Amino acid sequence: MNYFELFNLEVGYDLDVKQLAAHYRQLQRAFHPDQYASGSESERLLAVKKSAQINDAFSTLKSPVSRAEYLLSLAGIDISHETKTIQDPEFLMQQMEYREHLEDILQMSDPLSAIIDFEKTLADEANQLQQAISQQLSQTDYDSAANSVRKLKFMIKLNNELERLEDQVAN
Amino acid sequence: MAYSDKVIDHYENPRNVGSFDKSDASVATGMVGAPACGDVMKLQLKISDDGIIEDAKFKTYGCGSAIASSSLVTEWVKGKSIDEAQSIKNTDIAQELALPPVKIHCSILAEDAIKAAITDYKSKRS
Repeated sequence: MNYFELFNLEVGYDLDVKQLAAHYRQLQRAFHPDQYASGSESERLLAVKKSAQINDAFSTLKSPVSRAEYLLSLAGIDISHETKTIQDPEFLMQQMEYREHLEDILQMSDPLSAIIDFEKTLADEANQLQQAISQQLSQTDYDSAANSVRKLKFMIKLNNELERLEDQVAN
Repeated sequence: MAYSDKVIDHYENPRNVGSFDKSDASVATGMVGAPACGDVMKLQLKISDDGIIEDAKFKTYGCGSAIASSSLVTEWVKGKSIDEAQSIKNTDIAQELALPPVKIHCSILAEDAIKAAITDYKSKRS
């Protein structure tokens, strides 16, 4: 049973995270090891295993990157452990510029509004990538989908850095 | 995670940070990124007419190991021919800096940056 089937969801990139969370809570309750406290040892063991599987499945499907990686792995492509580099000059130049912008924010007259603007820019680009991933996966264009996932990882990294900066500015 | 002394040295005193004018015919630019960690590296080589690397500069956004790997290769490639530079392996970099296995991708990034710069050099010449 794959992770989507576990949550009774259609296999695909676009999913309703609220629905996923609701199914997750239902399953967690049903298989909570406490429910099997009076059961046989093998029943208890099974509940623990099932519970762990449900947690793994939820955290995998919840994140846009790991969900895409999981869908690719279902198609026999493993990119989650790769150490390959990407060499798309245009994309990387843009990444450099974003990183430079990030460095400059602290020196700006209004860093907080610069952060909010930048968050929006990054979110827009991440959304575009997610739409591309969805389309590429549904067209079984796995190479392109894998490339979009790689790019999305850079965007998420940038976003983490921006959040860290926001904490710094807010405190 | 503990960094080796060499990583710390390069991280605290990175060699050859900066950039050359990309439009200069003798300047080759290699841009690479590692999706695993989101690190981005730009390596630029100033190459003489007879194919010797006269100078190198880098700009890297990433962890200490990524910065140390790029700083180290700028030192290593200077004075080398492009063929010699091309033969630098990520394992040499990882060994010199005593990188732990989880940081091997940083040395791969630096090796690929050299290769990307040389590819750029060749395409500029042809």
